[in-house]
Amino acid sequence: MANNDSIPRTLLVAVTLCIVCALVVASAAVMLKPAQVINKALDRKANILAAAGLLVPGESVEEQFKQVTTKIVDLNTGKFTDEMPLKGFEQAKVAKDSETSIALGEDDLAKIRRRENYAMVYLIEKDGQYDKVILPVRGYGLWSTLYGFLALENDFNTVAGLGFYDHGETPGLGGEVDNPKWKALWPGKEIYDDGDVAIELVKGNVDSSTPHADNKVDALSGATLTSRGVSNLLRFWMGELGYKSFLSNLRSGEA
Amino acid sequence: MSMMKEALTKPILQNNPIALQILGICSALAVTSSLKVTLVMCISVTLVTACSSFAVSLIRNQIPSSIRIIVQMVIIASLVIVVDQLLKAYAFAISKQLSVFVGLIITNCIVMGRAEGFAMKNPPVASFVDGIGNGLGYSVVLFSIAVVRELFGSGKLFGFEILPLVTDGGWYVPNGLLLLPPSAFFLIGIFIWVLRSVKKEQVEKVEFKITKNTRSVKEAF
Repeated sequence: MANNDSIPRTLLVAVTLCIVCALVVASAAVMLKPAQVINKALDRKANILAAAGLLVPGESVEEQFKQVTTKIVDLNTGKFTDEMPLKGFEQAKVAKDSETSIALGEDDLAKIRRRENYAMVYLIEKDGQYDKVILPVRGYGLWSTLYGFLALENDFNTVAGLGFYDHGETPGLGGEVDNPKWKALWPGKEIYDDGDVAIELVKGNVDSSTPHADNKVDALSGATLTSRGVSNLLRFWMGELGYKSFLSNLRSGEA
Repeated sequence: MSMMKEALTKPILQNNPIALQILGICSALAVTSSLKVTLVMCISVTLVTACSSFAVSLIRNQIPSSIRIIVQMVIIASLVIVVDQLLKAYAFAISKQLSVFVGLIITNCIVMGRAEGFAMKNPPVASFVDGIGNGLGYSVVLFSIAVVRELFGSGKLFGFEILPLVTDGGWYVPNGLLLLPPSAFFLIGIFIWVLRSVKKEQVEKVEFKITKNTRSVKEAF
């Protein structure tokens, strides 16, 4: 036993153990990747439905997702486009490619550095008209980028729901963006006031006596920076560089 | 064989890791608000404890004592990552609910305690069984807490309605405290109290006892 403690022996055991453990961890990660990717895709679809308040628990997500029409929007013109193929469209890749995105510089409210020129949006049709539109949004909170969906009613101003499907905020504080009670505050709020983005998170309860109560949502307690991040990302994505022109085109039927 | 049986069953009530050794309280507070999540957590902890004890015991004669804690941590951490990946692949919804707590199995004192306390001195198979036994001991406590918390906190068991809630038109007013982590403190406390009332030998000896006065009060003044 004593010779176990010699320096070369210690190094040998440490290095061997690290290699073996690294192999185990790496092979688990690589082999399970496909199943995880499928889960993530399903989770994304479930979140799209949930943001619009349409998710029925217990039923197949794939089946329910059939009511959703997926389209690609050119964010510069604010109109639907077929320039990008729908199949295999990956917004994250589009946002990284310098040909299909713009650098934001000073306008980078949401702290996302580049904004893609094309976005994948989800529409729910009813009686030949758009009933709801679900838009992907993202922005930096305190520790991480929050990825989520904002669903709007058919006036393209009233919020139908907001939900984040991926973030790394502190559980219990910023992580409360996932709290159903907080998410329930969103439906019915209005994004624009006189054509300007007015939605924001504020400290303290919001009730009918609050001025502009329609544009205000109670911020997360103990998570000032995450709340600010959510405010900023909504301001960005609802603004000129985001979906504003697309939404006004939808309203006038010119999308 | 009787030693194996003892290693498996002793930690469940006689030498329970939570109730007697007071280890692993953190996760017992965090993941016991619903039974489904608790079940997954219990399986994960049991598997990690058993497999890490097995692996540590397998190489116990090679481990230099100067780095033995680090070696144990590396093995435990690797196993926890594997479990986390498995959950993400096959139980995505639950892994989202468990979030950081799967990763925190690494810091669960039961796992480390068994590796250092048992596996370093015993053969692999016995260590494996000891790991399973301690995992089961952990599970028994977590399960009983989760049953109380879910039943009286949200009127359900495994998500099925048992006590119809007032908010859904039933008669039961749920106790909100039970859904919050501090309630688990009370429940663990009650669990330990009951266990120690039945099994008196588990009551710890008082470390300091005030001795009786040897002189009368009058004399002292």
